[in-house]
Amino acid sequence: MLDFIKRHEGLWLFSRSPAVIIAAIVAVIIILGAVLAPWIAPVNPYDLASFSLMDGLLPPMWEEFGTEKFPLGTDDQGRDMISSILYGARLSLIIGIAAMAIATVLGVGLGLAAGYYGGRFDAVAMRIADIQLALPAILTALLIDGIARGILPPDMQQNLRVTVLTIAIALSLWVNFARTARASTFVQMNKEYVQAAVMQGQHPLRVMFVHILPNILGPLLVIMTVDLASAILLEATLSFLGIGLPADSPSLGTLIRIGMQFLLSGEWWILWIPTLFLVALVVSINILGDFLRDVFNPRLR
Amino acid sequence: MVYFIAKRLIQSVFVMLAVAFLAFSLFRFVGDPITQMTGVETSVADQERLREDLGLNDPFALQFMRFTGDMLQGDFGFSYRTRQPVAEMITKRIPATLELGIVALLISLLVGIPAGVYTALRPRGIVSQAILMATLVGVSIPTFVIGIMLIFFFGVQLSWLPTFGRGGTVSVGGWETSFLTIDGWRALILPAVTLGVYQLTLTMRLVRAEMMEVMRSDYIRFATARGVPMSRLYFKHALANTMVPVITIIGLQFGGVIAFSIVTESVFQWPGMGLLFLESIRFVDIPVMGVYLVVIALFFVLVNLIVDLLYVAIDPRLRIKDVS
Repeated sequence: MLDFIKRHEGLWLFSRSPAVIIAAIVAVIIILGAVLAPWIAPVNPYDLASFSLMDGLLPPMWEEFGTEKFPLGTDDQGRDMISSILYGARLSLIIGIAAMAIATVLGVGLGLAAGYYGGRFDAVAMRIADIQLALPAILTALLIDGIARGILPPDMQQNLRVTVLTIAIALSLWVNFARTARASTFVQMNKEYVQAAVMQGQHPLRVMFVHILPNILGPLLVIMTVDLASAILLEATLSFLGIGLPADSPSLGTLIRIGMQFLLSGEWWILWIPTLFLVALVVSINILGDFLRDVFNPRLR
Repeated sequence: MVYFIAKRLIQSVFVMLAVAFLAFSLFRFVGDPITQMTGVETSVADQERLREDLGLNDPFALQFMRFTGDMLQGDFGFSYRTRQPVAEMITKRIPATLELGIVALLISLLVGIPAGVYTALRPRGIVSQAILMATLVGVSIPTFVIGIMLIFFFGVQLSWLPTFGRGGTVSVGGWETSFLTIDGWRALILPAVTLGVYQLTLTMRLVRAEMMEVMRSDYIRFATARGVPMSRLYFKHALANTMVPVITIIGLQFGGVIAFSIVTESVFQWPGMGLLFLESIRFVDIPVMGVYLVVIALFFVLVNLIVDLLYVAIDPRLRIKDVS
């Protein structure tokens, strides 16, 4: 076993750094909890019949007046906190991963093409990326959200909220992928295997996706991790600002916004437990991203 | 030199035109301005007459030129929501956001640069490791959570500082400043720290990376060998050479500060441009959204222009290259 770990440098480094191991465990627990939410959560918080006002504002079970029925307490509506959080984390993760996936496809596709064709196409694509880079992600996402509000008819707004949010986040994150993919593609273009494939007359798409892409996956993986954290943060921020998800299908950000109302009263759990979940999730993903960067970039060590 | 400035100026004009075009497209194509301006009782004939009067049937290019011309004269149209002139709404909010941003940027630089230098010079020290770990956590904690935590500790638990609004302001030639009253400063502290923390971590990491790079260079080794005193070596020889990237981040961070001020202003109910923008998104108040974009872009372009000029002032090599 130790031999196996030592041979794989990444695993070896992993086994040596406690912070990274803890981060991985925390991330896995939260992600598992979110994925399995419909099966492990005590109740379904979207179901109005599942909670009653009579149970409102109960503290977590280790506090006085807490009951085991609601391990992390309830909010003012009597909703079970742990269920809300698991379902909220689920929504946050779904939007985060979907946005990251769209950003990856868009950015890597454009970056590969820019690196492959070079010349004018590259120049135009990179100018667009520069403009996008000058606009902070949160501003882009807010703008796209605002435009969607203006264009979509009101009755579709609620149904498409998740979609709009995902696209807004994806469109503000694709640049990192495009720039990284382009830079790595440039390096690969001079290698013999690529030139051989081109000279065989293989289709450009085949060269890009079958030959080049597998060789630039490393740096892209790092960006994917870091951007997943950014996407989750962005979604939480938008929901916190009240232009993300509504209160009847809350993500972690919405839960924190609701909890803000209890900042001045004694019901600390309604605000701080979702906050703790969000921060733990993002911090651990970021630590993993930092670790991956070190693995793929030995020079930084 | 003159050529360089002229080139940058022309580029800036093009950027502003592009942003104006974006704002115009927003105004023209997101929702119908006529339905926004009139009520349900207005007859179709009246609507058409208004459309003709406002020139909304004219060719696109002509409309855009008129829009840009109006903007240049300071006429930014009216808000859909409040029916007030947008120019007035925005200018009233500019001082609050700018003062918040400037203080946040100062916090970021005054704490970030020394911390970056320190962690670069003692990379293995316990204090450095702690600072680095703290920045990783700092990057991961969303701005709004930092704001909530500060409100909780300093506003609610300790009740040392106010948690919303600007406190007392003094009008200096129409500019509402909170720099001149103790109350204003007290209200400014929490929002500015909230906004500054994220930028601080960026500054620190960049200064650290640059400083480590410079410390490895030949001229520093030569200076060490020559016996230049350490303090002089660090602060005169090394730090001076990290200034160019630091100037760059000031330009970049300005954008970040303005963008994140939207979040900070929302948490602290700070009456700035960000809060106005947020309200305008919520109510699909397109004219305000568009003008906010143009104003932000203008600040952005001006700051980056100044940054480019500072490069030339700071780095003599750029001047020599310009001559040749």
